[in-house]
Amino acid sequence: MSDSVTPKKVKQPQFILMVEDVNKTFDGFKAISNLNFYMDKGELRTIIGPNGAGKSTFLDLITGRTRPDSGHILYGEEDHDLTKLREYAINRLGVARKFQTPSVYDDHTVFDNLLLSLPESRGVFSSIVFRLNSEASDRIDDILKTIRLADSQKTMAGNLSHGQKQWLEIGMLLAQRPKLLLVDEPAAGMSDEETERTGELLLSLEGKHSIIVIEHDMEFVRQIARKVTVLHQGSVLKEGTMDQVQSDPTVAEVYLGRNHTTTAA
Amino acid sequence: MNRSQILPPRRELIAIVVFAILTVLIMPWMHSTGAIAGHKLELYGKYLCYASLAVSLNLLWGYTGLLCLGQCLFFALGGYAFGMHLMLKIGIDPVYKSPLPDFMDFQGYNKLPLHWVPFDSFPFAAAAAICVPALVALIFGFLVFRSRITGVYFAIITQALTYAAWILFLRNEFTFGGNNGFTKFNTILGAPVNAPGTERTLFILSALLLVGVVLLCTVLTRTRFGKVQKAIRDSENRVRFSGYCTENFKLFIFTLSAAIAGIAGALYVPQAGIINPDVMKPVESLEVVVWVAVGGRATVWGPVIGALAVNMLKSWATVAFPDYWLIILGGVFLLVVLFLPGGLTSLVAKLIELKKSRFPTAGSPPSVNPAEPETAAAS
Repeated sequence: MSDSVTPKKVKQPQFILMVEDVNKTFDGFKAISNLNFYMDKGELRTIIGPNGAGKSTFLDLITGRTRPDSGHILYGEEDHDLTKLREYAINRLGVARKFQTPSVYDDHTVFDNLLLSLPESRGVFSSIVFRLNSEASDRIDDILKTIRLADSQKTMAGNLSHGQKQWLEIGMLLAQRPKLLLVDEPAAGMSDEETERTGELLLSLEGKHSIIVIEHDMEFVRQIARKVTVLHQGSVLKEGTMDQVQSDPTVAEVYLGRNHTTTAA
Repeated sequence: MNRSQILPPRRELIAIVVFAILTVLIMPWMHSTGAIAGHKLELYGKYLCYASLAVSLNLLWGYTGLLCLGQCLFFALGGYAFGMHLMLKIGIDPVYKSPLPDFMDFQGYNKLPLHWVPFDSFPFAAAAAICVPALVALIFGFLVFRSRITGVYFAIITQALTYAAWILFLRNEFTFGGNNGFTKFNTILGAPVNAPGTERTLFILSALLLVGVVLLCTVLTRTRFGKVQKAIRDSENRVRFSGYCTENFKLFIFTLSAAIAGIAGALYVPQAGIINPDVMKPVESLEVVVWVAVGGRATVWGPVIGALAVNMLKSWATVAFPDYWLIILGGVFLLVVLFLPGGLTSLVAKLIELKKSRFPTAGSPPSVNPAEPETAAAS
């Protein structure tokens, strides 16, 4: 799928995300340290790393939730500096984020959860006069099919199973028409079957969107991984294919050697 | 969300129309025939203003999750703004023989302070009753929401705001009558304040305000805006990361809610015949929270029912057991929180459910659940 995109990149190298010399310290703890990270358009990138490696902080920095102490995060064709924008503005540029714990609107129906994620009419007054048209309605129906929740569209999101909530949140990201998807531990708390289906879902999005997946579950990483980045103590330890990363002795030492058995179990 | 989904269901419209006929037509008519005494109508008029105040808090707390513990400040600001006009229309007072409000004579003023001058105009005072509370909310809200103050911190800071305002208004040199506030009103637009016709007009206006805000609430909660409100309440981060500037939404709701409270206050003052800083005491705003909780949060009629029920109870209890009112109020609040978290409006739903489970075959009881927020899927 990504093959159709790759040739274009070779002719005109273009990064969707460039993270350069970023540092972030929390109360003396260096969460991110001289981090450099480049990602191609259309790429599916998996980020792994032991606890405290700075994976979630990395996403917080991209989405504007925290500001770096120094460095730049440039995004998109126009090289917007995300370190200077607020969360909603970053999101409107096409950066969508899925949180680690599923965060959906429990008191709204599945349909309304997706409706609220549509990128039109997100201002105070435009949301008052907003009327659902057939085009938007069709889009929601499409997404409902993609995330396999078409039969539950009138269910309150709070009544969904954990796995369904995770999918709904992925659906909510898709409804935002994102260019860059940031997915934090999508398989957490899922059954094996659900995990596999989540992997298929992410793979099917590859190429249409650029995706960063943060994951702990090594089985799952093996299923989806194309290019893997290993974070350790707030900077990139190793980048490459899953095999390259796994055979690297330093990676094995800081991460796989210590945690492999427990996470794969 | 086409037109039919924005318009409230017929059942809700009927309830609003029935309520409107009762309060705008029947009760004033009964007053004109003498079936309702003047002081009773004034009392009910005050209740209606309280109910509008409760609806304004429900917009903030019930639907958006912003617990404001200073809602009475906006009510008082509206009341003071309109009270200033009433003070200037008292005329020459018999003691000081001057057109100034008597507290100014008493404090030795010989001319009207500059900021009082425009309040001689009725339209200006009426506009100020809406705009002053709205402006205070806009400025305060801008600072608070920009700093991401939420939850219990928002509650505390709004309580501090009303407390600070209370202390400020208590001071004579603040030119708003100190602890006595404004009273002894005489005329509104040339009509005597206590004339039956004025009483009726004020009552009808209070009723129209309440019907208006209830209708607004019903419609607003069904729009995408209303859904965003509830989403902010349940998961603000998700909303923020879905491209909404949640600060703007909260600021709009806060300002709107303050404006509604201000109008309610302006209508309350001529019917109560007095406004003083005690309205801004933190305990007054806490009472509004109790009304909403007792009636049912995030429901259209909950705050109205809660405000009317608690105030009727208050009118009775402060006569029967004057020393125990706050204990009774606290008791009612505890009972509701412990045993009826959905408030009085959820009682109806519970009874229907009970009837259903007891007599599953006896007809089909209406499946409507008035306590359930409107979430009909737009499909």
